[in-house]
Amino acid sequence: MQAYLKLDHIDKTFTRGNATTEVLKDINLTIGKGEYVSIIGHSGCGKSTLLNIVAGLTDTTQGCVLLENREVNSPGPDRAVVFQNHSLLPWLTVYENVRLGVDKVFASTKTRAERDAWVMHNLNLVQMAHAKDKRPSEVSGGMKQRVGIARALAMEPKVLLLDEPFGALDALTRAHLQDSVMALHQKLGNTILMITHDVDEAVLLSDRIVMMTNGPSARIGEVLEVPLARPRKRLELATNPGYLKCRQRVLEFLYERHRFVEAA
Amino acid sequence: MSMPAIKAEATAVAIPSASPTAAAPVVTMTPKQAPRAEKYAKMAREAAVRIVPPLVVLALLMLFWELVCRRTGSTLPPPSKVFKDTKELILDPFFDNGGIDKGLFWHLSASLQRVAFGYSIAAIVGIALGTLVGQSVWAMRGLDPLFQVLRTIPPLAWLPLSLAAFRDGQPSAIFVIFITSVWPIIINTAVGIRNIPQDYRNVAAVVQLNPLEFFWKIMIPAAAPYIFTGLRIGIGLSWLAIVAAEMLIGGVGIGFFIWDAWNSSHISEIILALFYVGIIGFVLDRLIAGLAKIVTRGTALN
Repeated sequence: MQAYLKLDHIDKTFTRGNATTEVLKDINLTIGKGEYVSIIGHSGCGKSTLLNIVAGLTDTTQGCVLLENREVNSPGPDRAVVFQNHSLLPWLTVYENVRLGVDKVFASTKTRAERDAWVMHNLNLVQMAHAKDKRPSEVSGGMKQRVGIARALAMEPKVLLLDEPFGALDALTRAHLQDSVMALHQKLGNTILMITHDVDEAVLLSDRIVMMTNGPSARIGEVLEVPLARPRKRLELATNPGYLKCRQRVLEFLYERHRFVEAA
Repeated sequence: MSMPAIKAEATAVAIPSASPTAAAPVVTMTPKQAPRAEKYAKMAREAAVRIVPPLVVLALLMLFWELVCRRTGSTLPPPSKVFKDTKELILDPFFDNGGIDKGLFWHLSASLQRVAFGYSIAAIVGIALGTLVGQSVWAMRGLDPLFQVLRTIPPLAWLPLSLAAFRDGQPSAIFVIFITSVWPIIINTAVGIRNIPQDYRNVAAVVQLNPLEFFWKIMIPAAAPYIFTGLRIGIGLSWLAIVAAEMLIGGVGIGFFIWDAWNSSHISEIILALFYVGIIGFVLDRLIAGLAKIVTRGTALN
């Protein structure tokens, strides 16, 4: 597999006054083009910090992030993020929220009309074109997250970073949105790095699952290949032995070998 | 024990038979619109609920005032006398006999012009400085203590200094308005900028907005509710300050009109002027509030 995105010996230490906390320790991960990789771990293990490092929103203490063999250390549209709490700008309409990124990324390569069409194309991809003139406060939580996904997709990122994108949604909406993301991944072939704490979600969506040990000094404990053929169907997988085995492996990792310790 | 079970069974049986008959009339009812007359009656009722109580209170206060001040030897005129004395001023606010002998309209408009000037400068400077203080930790450390001290200085205390600096009443009055209203604008803007959620900053970073785009597209709209709180406090304070400042600088203006009326013992004119000052202050406040509503539409946080 050729490395597309590479996390190279990443350490992260937070310093506040005299106290230093080592959050991440020696993280190495190679992701191929078009791959869907999930990072799973208990809360507080530094998953989000790791995603922020890849996004360039947080600096590393040691090591670096390589994208197509070039170091990236500042945020940019080539690593678009879908934030956990959607982070749509409430004073802009759904359309304007997507347009904001499009206008910056394609300022010199697309005409005004092309940018408009591109925004609508991406809203159509997530089935939100009908609400283009609504404000975020006027649409449901699932719809907001769809717009968040459209905003990220519209920047044509090399890597799409999903930060617990379905965490704040109810179970039914979450399942629906997971199917949408799966279909988009199938259709567009994006490289996706997703943070999650939901075992089923990780197994259903990913090609590989990266399991993190508990912090402080969280490491990559284990990487699990998910050898399930795509397209995957939620209902059929429920009884699929391969699926159940993967699920079992992740559960064992999270709840036996690296049980969440409250004091840690 | 068995009683609730029987009851539950009875209702369970009753529901399926009742629901089709209950659903039918509801469907036919919905498209029917309420008659227009009824709608107007409802609007009138709503208006009455808002207007009648203050009118009743006002009438009672007037009555009380009239009763208290009608006795001989009373130092203040009753409302009936105020109206009789100031009838000409009320009916003809536009006369101009030269000098300071002008109708109330001219006095009020002169005051409003000063406020407009001073307040506009305060709004621009206040938002700019507030943004700086909100955005930069070093600017805050350097400037905030200074602001906290300066803002406690009463408006009129600035007047002699500004008269010494500008050597003219007009710019001095405008300066006093400026210095009075700028502090709440600075402080509220700074709080608004400081409270911009990290999420919005992250979005801006991923999209790679440059500082100018960040200012116009993220900062100003995100901080708008706070900025307008500052602007509203500011307009109130500047209207408070102008009357006091004009009493001292003289010339045309509602403040000097009041002072002049006092010197000529025209108490009724003072009362009329106070009435106008109050109404205009109220209108100014509503104006900024209305503007805030238009500008921050849809900005209700999440």
